[in-house]
Amino acid sequence: MKLIKFLLAGIFFGIVLSKSEAISWYRIFEMFKFQSFHMYGIIGSAVVLGIILVQIIKRTNLKTIDGNEIEFTPKKSGKFRNIIGGIIFGLGWALAGACPGPFYILLGQGVGAILIVLFGAMLGTILYHAVKSKLPH
Amino acid sequence: MEFISQPWPWYVAGPLISLTMFLMYYFGKRLGISSNLESTCAMLGAGKLVDYFKLDWKKSAWNLTFMIGLIIGGFIAMNYLTPDKTVAISAQTIADLNELGFQNAGKTYMPEELFNLNLISVKGISILLIAGLLVGFGARYAGGCTSGHAIVGLSMLELPSLIAVIGFFIGGLTMTWFIYPLIFS
Repeated sequence: MKLIKFLLAGIFFGIVLSKSEAISWYRIFEMFKFQSFHMYGIIGSAVVLGIILVQIIKRTNLKTIDGNEIEFTPKKSGKFRNIIGGIIFGLGWALAGACPGPFYILLGQGVGAILIVLFGAMLGTILYHAVKSKLPH
Repeated sequence: MEFISQPWPWYVAGPLISLTMFLMYYFGKRLGISSNLESTCAMLGAGKLVDYFKLDWKKSAWNLTFMIGLIIGGFIAMNYLTPDKTVAISAQTIADLNELGFQNAGKTYMPEELFNLNLISVKGISILLIAGLLVGFGARYAGGCTSGHAIVGLSMLELPSLIAVIGFFIGGLTMTWFIYPLIFS
């Protein structure tokens, strides 16, 4: 039963991204062409409000639903990994017109071809872990 | 209901995305979707290929549940909340896409040329497969994807996330402006 809340959060997120067209291939192309404010408005307003919400959590010392401290685990950093990995990710993001969240949402929408992208993404994930010791991080 | 069936404007979607991030923190987790690619690989037995995937994917049950939610959410949105499947992209975008060989740009949610399995070509399949490979590889190398870096990381004012997001855009802009004209035409 503890998992139900995550299912509901996922359903909510899937509906929001579907209804805002943020997961339409066309919107991603339009964004990278700088031909509409739509995607920048979505990401920008999400980040601005996100910054405020994180500050509220920190300053009010808000606890989780189970009464624990909210942990802010930082992302892995390195001289090369964020920028090089980011560029590789960006190339794929623009080519697929979708990032991982949308893969699953589009699958639910009935876009069967997204399974090819998802399969590729899983191969890419395995490939990374197979060669990561040889990569600069 | 009229409001729900229309496309949602950015100033509704953006704050609802932040709300999701907030809810996940309240539930004791950090929103990050691409980790599910690792968990599903582990679940399907990738541990036989690469030792890393011998990880205990059951620890990520919460995220896999969120992922299943995404699938259900997409199904509900498309079948019950979106009577009009067109996407109102700009006139210039439509013109640019026509030039690249995409007919009927914006008249469907996704371009038929790439995502209709009945129309897709070997070239189209290769494009989708390579795109996926880049996304999967890049997300792990960068340590996260759009949700983990661009939404959560930037909200936390983390420098690695800002660098990753700059990378996302360098890659995305290069693909759209310089590589698309080579692939499509």
